Amino acid sequence: METGEGTVRLRPPRNAPARRAVGWWRARCLLVAAAPVAVLAVLGALVTPARAWLLTPAAVLAALGLLTAVLLPLWWFRAHRWEVTEDAVHVRTGIFQREWRIAPMSRIQTVDTVRGPLEQLFGLATVTVTTASAKGAVRIEGLDHETAAGLVERLTRITQATPGDAT
Amino acid sequence: MSTAADRAGPPWRRIHRRTVLVTALVTTGVAVGAAVPVVAGLAGRLGYAAAVGWALAGAAVLVGCATAGDYVRLRRTRYRVGAEHVELRTGLLLVKRRSLARERIRSVDLTAHPLLRVLGLVTVRIGTGEQTGGESTLELDPVDRAEGERLRRELLDRLTATAPGTHREGDLATLDLRWIRYAPVSFLAPALGGAAVGGVLQVSEWAGAQGQVIGWVADRFRDTPPLWTVLVLVAAALVAGVVGALGLWAEMWWNYRLEREPGGTLRVRRGLLTSRSLSVEERRLRGVDLVEPLGVRLAGAARVDAVTTGLAKDEEGQGADHNTLLPAAPRAFADAIAAEVLREPLAPTGAPLTAHPPAARGRRLRRALAAALAPALLLALLGARLTPVLLWTALGWTVVAVPVAVALALDAYRSLGHTLSGGYLVTRSGTLRRSTAALQRAGVIGWTVRQSWFQRRAGLVTVTATTAAGAGAYSVRDADASEGLLFAAEAVPGLLEPFLERGPAPGVGSHRDRTGAGTPTV
Repeated sequence: METGEGTVRLRPPRNAPARRAVGWWRARCLLVAAAPVAVLAVLGALVTPARAWLLTPAAVLAALGLLTAVLLPLWWFRAHRWEVTEDAVHVRTGIFQREWRIAPMSRIQTVDTVRGPLEQLFGLATVTVTTASAKGAVRIEGLDHETAAGLVERLTRITQATPGDAT
Repeated sequence: MSTAADRAGPPWRRIHRRTVLVTALVTTGVAVGAAVPVVAGLAGRLGYAAAVGWALAGAAVLVGCATAGDYVRLRRTRYRVGAEHVELRTGLLLVKRRSLARERIRSVDLTAHPLLRVLGLVTVRIGTGEQTGGESTLELDPVDRAEGERLRRELLDRLTATAPGTHREGDLATLDLRWIRYAPVSFLAPALGGAAVGGVLQVSEWAGAQGQVIGWVADRFRDTPPLWTVLVLVAAALVAGVVGALGLWAEMWWNYRLEREPGGTLRVRRGLLTSRSLSVEERRLRGVDLVEPLGVRLAGAARVDAVTTGLAKDEEGQGADHNTLLPAAPRAFADAIAAEVLREPLAPTGAPLTAHPPAARGRRLRRALAAALAPALLLALLGARLTPVLLWTALGWTVVAVPVAVALALDAYRSLGHTLSGGYLVTRSGTLRRSTAALQRAGVIGWTVRQSWFQRRAGLVTVTATTAAGAGAYSVRDADASEGLLFAAEAVPGLLEPFLERGPAPGVGSHRDRTGAGTPTV
């Protein structure tokens, strides 16, 4: 790719997720990895003839899961960015497949907050902003729950003040 | 019911009485269809007379229940069109009342299958702009034809100021029988051919005669070499497919007529046996999509789909044709209709497009080759271990698949393009199904910008405009990274601009230092 004057790109949104999001992502990774590992381990303990065949994959899976749980969330934390201006919501996600989503305030239809059990444990929340497009939803993950509440309030206020039927 | 009827407002109306007759006839048809295999199955065990008796009894119960059920439905279904709302009440025990605000009604579709047509009835579907599935549609099944027409006119006729532009009302397009030549070149023909073969085998299996059918076919070809046999059978299936495609085309597009009605409504009427009438408010139109499936494109034709908000997406059995404004027709005519529909002097879909950088061609070639060579590699690996026959198969596959893949990849690259044409954003992509979408810039309600690791290295980006209409998102694939972003920024002024940065910084790998700088500020 050529460099030089005239190159244009999207600047990263200003805000990072809450630092605790790393812990939450880690916990999620570990849980995802833990399920098959646990099944394999239990089977390995019970089925003596095939023990080696069950415990080895369990160990490999556990090691892989641990590795991703340590590294990926750090990487995600550096990649995920969000920003809400007076006019638009801007979110960047993804490592290999980077994705920027921009939704203008005037087209926002709903603002939802979701706090799963794990997120509650970490004091986090996910805010989803939807527009009239079936494919235009913007998710902001790993927000500190107080930030999220403030954000939702602000978004609701701005979108209410913006005229238009959002289609 | 009476309490509600006492209230002020227009009187409640009922759906048409003949619905009971329709249900009785349809169920009788189903019962006869089901009875034949049942009799065939039971005759062996119970004897012929007993089997027929059982089947008749079953059929009588089925028809009786369905008819009684429909009679109850008829008695319990009422609707009325008020000044503000259209109301529908249904249900025996659980009375369901639904009302649609009239100002939210976006489409009124009339359909009539052959039986309904004979009886002078139509099914009316009243739709709103919501995309939330079935709940937003009221269905009156059936009312008589005059009542359907009256509802359609009344519900869609608003005293809107006529839209700007001097485009004509009345007929925009009527069926040209010569268009039927595009029917066999669609992908439908081979699919229908396959279906015909499958159908013959399936039916013969039900009749327990599949072996005989295959044996009979084998007998015909006893003295022919296998290659000829295969060719003849494929040709026969294709002929069946072509005949099927022609028949289907006639059934779908007979009496086709696209017209613009006073008050800004586009209406498509078509259908040989089942007649359909689809009305779309122009206010909901966000653009058009010029679709060219490969065969149709090679024949120099294209079809025009409407990109509108609030058109039912998954109407059973209607599929993609629900929003088709013009069947496959010569490309120039399709462009003219697109312009006419959009009230533009020139079709945005015909505008010259900005080509995409050569890196996009490279991506397409690599992907096509990978897709073509992966099966060959698998076959070769298996062949090396098992039998040389597979090696030859792999070679044959490679010889055939690689040129096809390369040709498709090059064509896919040639198809890529985007531009701004007046008030429209135009993007084109695809090879097997090339689509040129012209989307109103005012209809863009957000952007999604995607860049995979490979795209980042190649300096490409995929820019997707999200919209409330049509497919919900229209993509400019693999555009030059800078140019694509500038294009998006220009298409909708003010939206993307604040998030762009210009500068001398290299585009590759620079995200790494940038993300490090983004410390949490909340």
